[in-house]
Amino acid sequence: MEKSVVFNNKLLPYLLLVPQLIITFVFFYWPASQAVFQSFKREDAFGLTSEFVGLENYQTLFAQPEYYKSMLTTVIFSSLVAALSLSIALLFATQADKNLKAAGTYKTLMIWPYAVAPAVAGVLWIFMFHPSLGTLARPLRWMNFDWNPLLNGNHAMALVVMAAVWKQISYNFLFFLAGLQSIPKSVLEAGAIDGAGPMRRFWTIVFPLLSPTTFFLLVVNVVYVFFDTFGIIDAVTGGGPAGATTTMVYKVFADGRLGGDLGGSAAQSVVLMVIVIALTAVQFKYIERKVQY
Amino acid sequence: MVEHRPLSDIIAYAILTLGVFIVAFPVYLALIASTHDAATVVGGNMPLTPGSQTLENYYRAIFVGGSRTSREPVGHMLMNSFISALGIAIGKIFISILSAYAVVYFRFPFRKTAFWIIFVTLMLPVEVRIYPTYKVVADLKMLDTYAGLIMPLIASATGTLLFRQFFMTVPEELLEASRIDGAGPFRFFWDTLLPLSVTTIAALFVIQFIYGWNQYLWPLLITTQDSMQTIVTGIKKMLYTTDELAEWQLAMATAILAMLPPVAVVVFMQRLFVRGLVETEK
Repeated sequence: MEKSVVFNNKLLPYLLLVPQLIITFVFFYWPASQAVFQSFKREDAFGLTSEFVGLENYQTLFAQPEYYKSMLTTVIFSSLVAALSLSIALLFATQADKNLKAAGTYKTLMIWPYAVAPAVAGVLWIFMFHPSLGTLARPLRWMNFDWNPLLNGNHAMALVVMAAVWKQISYNFLFFLAGLQSIPKSVLEAGAIDGAGPMRRFWTIVFPLLSPTTFFLLVVNVVYVFFDTFGIIDAVTGGGPAGATTTMVYKVFADGRLGGDLGGSAAQSVVLMVIVIALTAVQFKYIERKVQY
Repeated sequence: MVEHRPLSDIIAYAILTLGVFIVAFPVYLALIASTHDAATVVGGNMPLTPGSQTLENYYRAIFVGGSRTSREPVGHMLMNSFISALGIAIGKIFISILSAYAVVYFRFPFRKTAFWIIFVTLMLPVEVRIYPTYKVVADLKMLDTYAGLIMPLIASATGTLLFRQFFMTVPEELLEASRIDGAGPFRFFWDTLLPLSVTTIAALFVIQFIYGWNQYLWPLLITTQDSMQTIVTGIKKMLYTTDELAEWQLAMATAILAMLPPVAVVVFMQRLFVRGLVETEK
């Protein structure tokens, strides 16, 4: 929808746009194009000269076993976090949607972890599960379970997943609750009159009607795992042990920091850009569909 | 409601209480750890009740810094976090309300183009183009400055979209009436549009303040001097020190200090927070 009444100034609208456009060009388009440009070039060890090498950086990248490992890690990590945080949040949201007296209080108590920085969340969880001083590592030791996220890759992954899920529940909870509250009560009553119990009503009425919210959250959660969990991983494991928790985004950071393989790092950035654009496209397509619902 | 079963309510309370417990426990532990002395925390048998070192720990964390490590006190990190979070929130609101005003209330060549140029930024978070952005900021001599901490993070379209969406819902009669009263674009913006936008501005402010406060990767990269660190980047450096004995009680006090401002914003401005969260995601 467009406004039919507008101002006619010729110069003013451009002046209003200038601040945002300057910042967008300097800090977005310029670096993004540099990343694409750099991914086709190779710099010498001193960064003095660079030559055009075509797709060589990409070939090197896709010949690295570690790169496939980081892809696999990313896939495992995102599916675990998305599946766990979505199902736990849905469970809490369905309970909070019942007509409880204290529903408002519970809502407040559930949503505040959204405000905790990922890096801080990571620090809280490594403290809780630290092999030598963690309060929750103690019972694991009593059970003769050799818990050590600092040395064991699977334990490290489990810890990072728990911290990431913990932080994401609040967000999913909020959107699920809003989705549940927008389901018309008459539909549920009709189901009840037909003799469907609470469980049956949930799976045949509520869950299908909630699917737009679920799908939206799925995409948001995958994007969250890709980018916002950087702080968690860096605080809990630093990508280790032996690369067991190095996701694709973490690898861009680690490779660029270590050795200034800028071409290779840029090629990784470009691959990530393509993935994010694809995810965003899926999301927009879905939003268009939601309008018809 | 359909039917009312007391048992179902009891189950609901039980599950929600368990949920709140899971959500709160890590923070409770950190809070407890920040009240004990170093030996109690490191010993691995920390009690689950508060200790007696609270004031001392927080005083040392904020004003003195660690004893074994060469760590800086947290006081000025809190200051840096406040400045950059406020800068990001206010900066984004400023540039995006202006550009949304231009796109909605004016007709000019390349209007659609300008909108798309801004819109595309939604697709690529700063993490993806982290090193090239670092190089741009280094070339502009903005490493270790507040401008460097703030400006790359406000280059995004969320605010513009939010204001555009809101301006679209403002009745056209308001603009017609203002024009009959002889108001130009500045008067209309200042006297009519801005007062109407207060809630939207506040909601965006809440979301952006939390976003800015919680930044990690970007401040980590571009700050080399300790004096420019933010509190979120400072915590990790306390844990992974070169000598083995990290001072966990101080790190936990710092973690509590680091989450207090954004959590307070969510709890006390819950309505604005929820509104901002839901609307920026549309």
